[in-house]
Amino acid sequence: MRVLFFGRLADVAGKRERQAPALETIAALRAWIDAEDAVLGEALRGKGVRIALNKSIVHDENASLSEGDEIAFMPPLSGG
Amino acid sequence: MIRVQSEPLDSAQSLAAFQARAHNAGALASFTGLVRGGGVSKLVLEHYPGFTESEIARIEGEARKRFDLIDTLIIHRFGALAPGDAIVLVAALSTHRRAALEAVDFLMDYLKTEAPFWKREERADGSHWIEPRADDRIARSAWEESSES
Repeated sequence: MRVLFFGRLADVAGKRERQAPALETIAALRAWIDAEDAVLGEALRGKGVRIALNKSIVHDENASLSEGDEIAFMPPLSGG
Repeated sequence: MIRVQSEPLDSAQSLAAFQARAHNAGALASFTGLVRGGGVSKLVLEHYPGFTESEIARIEGEARKRFDLIDTLIIHRFGALAPGDAIVLVAALSTHRRAALEAVDFLMDYLKTEAPFWKREERADGSHWIEPRADDRIARSAWEESSES
């Protein structure tokens, strides 16, 4: 599955995109990221960070994931 | 119509084309947002292709539900911009002026807080991500309260 990082989160991750192994939930994905890069894991828990699963906002961290999913971590938005 | 583009935004030309499609409208209101100077050498906007467009479409749908509109136009830039460049153009056509003016204000308040863009400013002392402003969130919340009353 593809994991995308936007804004300042991409700076923390050092890249905009990362491949993750097949994981069952967003909570499991977080645990995997924590083990790979604790600083990034902490940044992803920052205030106002939202998660999109296949380009739809998700609030439930136990939402189940499938192979080929795209998960995006987005810091607070600043459009206009 | 919604467009998210890296190409320069010519608001006069885009508005003229939009106005040409207005058949029964009595009012065209618009807003053009510009990149502010004041020490900024460059403003870089990042977006999430696909998601950014669908979120703007959702915001536009809200405006159409709320105001009596004939058509709307939203053009938003991404990529590198210089001070003075147009970053966003929002326009609304309606039979009457108030709906058009209010729709533009509403669309801007929602774009500011809900459209998936991330801005980075380049200044002499380095590069900084811009966090959303509290007064933008307050302006958006005011619309939510007014719909409840």
